[in-house]
Amino acid sequence: MPSETVNPSGQIQPADSVGIVTPQSARFDRPLELACGRTLREYTLVYETYGELNADKSNAVLICHALSGHHHAAGRHSPGDKRPGWWDNYIGPGKPIDTDKFFVVSLNNLGGCHGSTGPSSINPDTGKPWGRDFPILRVRDWVHSQARLADLLGIEQWAAVIGGSLGGMQAMRWALEYPDRLRHCVVIASALKLSAQNIAFNETARQAITSDPDFCDGHYLEREKLPRSGLAVARMIGHITYLSDDGLGRKFGRELRSGTFEQGVEEEVEFQVQSYLRYQGDTFSGSFDPNTYILMTRALDYFDLAREYDHDPVAAFSHARCRFLLLSFTSDWRFAPQRSREIVDALIRANQPVSYAEIESPMGHDAFLLPSERYRRVFFAYMNGVAAETAPEVN
Amino acid sequence: MRVDLDIIQEWIAPETRVLDLGCGDGFLLEQLGRHKQVSGYGLEIDHQQIERCLQRGVNVVEQNLDRGLGNFADDSFDTVVMTQALQTLRQPHLVVGEMLRVGRECIITFPNFGQWKARWHLAFSGRMPVSDLLPYEWYDTPNIHFCTFRDFEVLCRQNRWTILHRQVVSGSRISATFKDFLPNLFGETAIYHLTR
Repeated sequence: MPSETVNPSGQIQPADSVGIVTPQSARFDRPLELACGRTLREYTLVYETYGELNADKSNAVLICHALSGHHHAAGRHSPGDKRPGWWDNYIGPGKPIDTDKFFVVSLNNLGGCHGSTGPSSINPDTGKPWGRDFPILRVRDWVHSQARLADLLGIEQWAAVIGGSLGGMQAMRWALEYPDRLRHCVVIASALKLSAQNIAFNETARQAITSDPDFCDGHYLEREKLPRSGLAVARMIGHITYLSDDGLGRKFGRELRSGTFEQGVEEEVEFQVQSYLRYQGDTFSGSFDPNTYILMTRALDYFDLAREYDHDPVAAFSHARCRFLLLSFTSDWRFAPQRSREIVDALIRANQPVSYAEIESPMGHDAFLLPSERYRRVFFAYMNGVAAETAPEVN
Repeated sequence: MRVDLDIIQEWIAPETRVLDLGCGDGFLLEQLGRHKQVSGYGLEIDHQQIERCLQRGVNVVEQNLDRGLGNFADDSFDTVVMTQALQTLRQPHLVVGEMLRVGRECIITFPNFGQWKARWHLAFSGRMPVSDLLPYEWYDTPNIHFCTFRDFEVLCRQNRWTILHRQVVSGSRISATFKDFLPNLFGETAIYHLTR
């Protein structure tokens, strides 16, 4: 069997890719009441789909993105795209989220900056960009808007809602807010709530943005400015915490990019890791909206699955009606395996079906996006079971 | 089906909560779920076995038994099962104690090191027994705490654990014939049903 094909434009395309994909957008006119008390009168959600929805609409899978994610999870927008979607390692024909079996929906969340309504969109009341006036969103707001998208697509019940990190929080919220609308909940490298240390990192990142003189109190777009260096520093802080000490050490060690330590030579030295981080910060700050970054990190900080259940995760999970898969990565210190085990323990105490695997990885929190053989196998085995339920009965 | 798994199924009441320590490929839990509507969870560390459980839709949690069961509440299960794993644990006596804290009852199976073949092997060759049931050399075996039926019953007495049932299983015909008279000499595998 050929492992790759040449598409009409001559570009080589791997056989396990969903290929060229085109984002779609949906406009919602029904006002959305938000957790903060405000209402979004109208909004747009940008999304992509991969695979085919089956006749009884039972094979749909929702992908919830993390802090800096978006709707483009798999495939390429054009043959010349350098990189595929952010979760292309795990979505595609023959991959764990198998597009030969599932109809996959991936959207850009509200408050995002990749086409869905967010702080950089125009506020219909003022005719100017929302900027800092955009409502503060919580995870549940995303879940409610995702449910509206499901309605639009005619999906009554997801075969699975899947997310990593902040996406995992959305998946868990789905299980509590719409217990009858999902059969499986896959939560990867996530937590019931952030720790103080996690909030501290997010706050430092936000401060980097807001203290940039070009931030203009959040109204930089109106003033035609952009707090790029602030956002770059925010991203650098985040990036360090998404990797592990070991991972960074393996990748860069103390390798120099330029300069020398030779005696008698005065020359500025640049470590490889410095230039890598700066590059990450630079590229990110050119493509992401600072207000969205603030909004997303706040949603992370505010999330507490069990807050309204008397702070008892067992009571919270007793409302769920789906099966759960939890995954964590050994070197992830921002969403450590212990955070996932807390979820597992609460689910078991609530007598909910749950499975859990701890994947050995030196890649820190980022591991949930990266290729790993065991991760793939575990994810694949579980999703295979999910697909078997949705496959038509053979008599 | 393994004979011991057959007997275990008889001892577990329908619609109860079961925790299976070292659940392997999830076969027992699948059977219990299918035939007795048992809600069960398995603990396992072997990667391939975990995948087999996931594939068949059995709840499996990656957890090392040597780190205890501290994450499980008192009395949170009706029955805690452990088949053929006792001899692999670092501190088997503590794990059995934990099983009886987490569950009202527990069912434990293990190979009998006092069986005549093992005794014969050690007595006459002077070397550690290697058999079909225990196919490992002493240096690479996962089985680090062997005991006999009698040893296990002494442990139960010392800890005041009550033995509700004991079944002895044997493979060969000669052992099967004599296992009821001299279980510690002829039994290959014991299945103990304990409570506090």
